[in-house]
Amino acid sequence: MDVNMINSLLLMGKGMVAIFVVILVIYLAVLILHRATNRKSS
Amino acid sequence: MDFLSEMSFLTDGILGITWQMVVMYLVGGLLIYLAIKKKMEPALLLPMGFGAILVNIPFSGVLDYEIAGIGEVRGIIDWLFETTIEASEMLPLLLFIGIGAMIDFGPLLSNPKLLFFGAAAQFGIFLTIFVASLLGFDLRDAASIGIIGAADGPTSILVSQVLRSSYIGPIAVAAYSYMALVPIIQPAAIKLVTTKKERAIRMEYNPTSVSKTTRILFPVVVTLIAGLVAPQSVALVGFLMFGNLIRECGVLETLSQTAQNVLANLITLLLGITIAASMRADSFVNLQTLIIMCLGLLAFIFDTIAGVLFAKVLNLFMKKKVNPMIGAAGISAFPMSARVVQKLGLEADNQNHLLMHAVGANVSGQIASVIAGGVILGLVPAML
Repeated sequence: MDVNMINSLLLMGKGMVAIFVVILVIYLAVLILHRATNRKSS
Repeated sequence: MDFLSEMSFLTDGILGITWQMVVMYLVGGLLIYLAIKKKMEPALLLPMGFGAILVNIPFSGVLDYEIAGIGEVRGIIDWLFETTIEASEMLPLLLFIGIGAMIDFGPLLSNPKLLFFGAAAQFGIFLTIFVASLLGFDLRDAASIGIIGAADGPTSILVSQVLRSSYIGPIAVAAYSYMALVPIIQPAAIKLVTTKKERAIRMEYNPTSVSKTTRILFPVVVTLIAGLVAPQSVALVGFLMFGNLIRECGVLETLSQTAQNVLANLITLLLGITIAASMRADSFVNLQTLIIMCLGLLAFIFDTIAGVLFAKVLNLFMKKKVNPMIGAAGISAFPMSARVVQKLGLEADNQNHLLMHAVGANVSGQIASVIAGGVILGLVPAML
């Protein structure tokens, strides 16, 4: 397998992990925001 | 004879036409036809089409040229490209302010699980990068081609420009053309990997209420999180979220309307014709362009299939099943993709309204696609 192909597979792995990590953190942040703003209003 | 050679300037232009330029006149004409007759992304395809004709007229004055005895003269399209795209990616980024101001993240915030569908649908980008490198493109160009799968014109232009890809022209044409073809591409890809029974799965819509504070804090929080993990995404994510903050803050209605309308239209007008600088015949008319157009189509198909398969995998673990088509809405082609899913849902079951779920996944795709752009900009240079 040539270097470019190996790098593209590495990029696939790292890239998707990074995207999911960011999305997971944003998801958790949204849940916290919902809790915090609902608590304020109640 | 002396008279004829004196008057040769009248025929230099015609005699300077090459067959590749003729091909570009046809390409330009096709883009204009698709824009006007088929109403496919007319705001971009029409300026790109006309620009393709302008830059391929021999000795065109819209490009830099030399006059004997005077020196170099700047051409307007070359100048626009250098200052508004090459120097700082200004045009795509300013357009993002307008796009951010147009997006309502409400359906996503009321059901934040939809964020993950946006993430899953970006897999097509990386699969396309792999296929492009199999076909012999180096990583820089493969990544620039793969980002067509972000289904987002400004992101595609920005990433391919920052990576100094040689194929910005075909990449931009592919990105915008396939975005306009989502209503044709996606249904076929979705039907390939789903059954009618799966497409008929109903989903209740019980949105949790979203406070104004959440709507205001969301763009700030997303920018901080994305920026800390992938700093190269700050320009993309930041400008998108800046536009959204202007919309949601409630005190800048005039600016929000300006961003959504005047700014977005002005930038779109200039972006299309400026991109034409990369559509010169000598760099556009080659086998690589054809391969890139095919890879761009694959990127959209892979994105759709990846999103659907992600939803199907989730369904293995969930009691309340998700309609797998929601995964397909995770690409960034807003709002066409959401409408496609709604339409297919109604075809399978005429009481099956999936629009709000699909819109949530669709706007999540917008966020995930700019994060994907930033991640690629962060990872690829280190691998070159």
